[in-house]
Amino acid sequence: MLEIGLSHYLTVAAILFTLGIFGIFLNRKNVIIILMSVELILLAVNINLVSFSVFLQDLAGQVFAMLVLTVAAAEAAIGLAIIVVYFRNRGTIAVEDINLMKG
Amino acid sequence: MIVQALAFYLFASVAIAAAVMVISARNPVHSVLFLILAFFNAAGLFVLMGAEFIAMILVVVYVGAVAVLFLFVVMMLDIGFTELRQGFLQYMPIGGLVGIVLLAELFMVAGSWLFAPQIGSTRAFPAPPPDQVTNTHALGNILYTDYIYLFQGAGMVLLVAMVGAIVLTLRARPGVRKQRIADQLGRRREDTIEIRKVQPGSGI
Repeated sequence: MLEIGLSHYLTVAAILFTLGIFGIFLNRKNVIIILMSVELILLAVNINLVSFSVFLQDLAGQVFAMLVLTVAAAEAAIGLAIIVVYFRNRGTIAVEDINLMKG
Repeated sequence: MIVQALAFYLFASVAIAAAVMVISARNPVHSVLFLILAFFNAAGLFVLMGAEFIAMILVVVYVGAVAVLFLFVVMMLDIGFTELRQGFLQYMPIGGLVGIVLLAELFMVAGSWLFAPQIGSTRAFPAPPPDQVTNTHALGNILYTDYIYLFQGAGMVLLVAMVGAIVLTLRARPGVRKQRIADQLGRRREDTIEIRKVQPGSGI
């Protein structure tokens, strides 16, 4: 219990990942909260990568975590830009109103 | 040892509590602030593990850029956020079911794995002892040599994201008076000055 090992960190990451998935289901109407949940999921992935990297003493995992961080930042920027444009055009960001491409 | 355990449990519990508040807060501004708290505590966990460079990057990138971007967008969009939460209780059972199933699966995986016996010899980049080479130094040593193409590729991803965000959000609004220096400098005398011969006693 007092010896903090790999499984402790993996447990935290698993709980954060599940909370992210849960947030996507819970806030089906609010795109911004969904994007934040995606950020939580990516944070959990990063915790997994870094903890394996540290406990296996292999630095490649930390480099990979940095690349995941880069992609997460790019995804947040593009996603928020799309939300701003969509709100400017339609006046709402409710997910069920986003059906312009349904045909 | 006891300090490390206490710090771990503090960081982990605050991070998880903040994550719960992110998905359940009534006000999205509070959600963003709790997201920042969750990222700070995750950075604390990284420092505890000894990956201090990733921790600092997490604070700088997420708290400094991404979370501020979220805050900006949430405050800029004038949305009645209360009606966006109406399906909250409706989606609670299915979401809870999916979450519990997923968590159970993750713990089943976590309970039954073990390292391969040859794991020690398959390291791609063995971490140097932290008392000789710092984590940042070691990461830089491999990031700028072995992973240089991935590093440049990450830069390209960020560049494309930046260009894409600007292209998406830039709009040319009609009716806005702006100074166009090229037009000002491109003015010619013939375009602007007209010399008329005015007869005495008559107007123009």
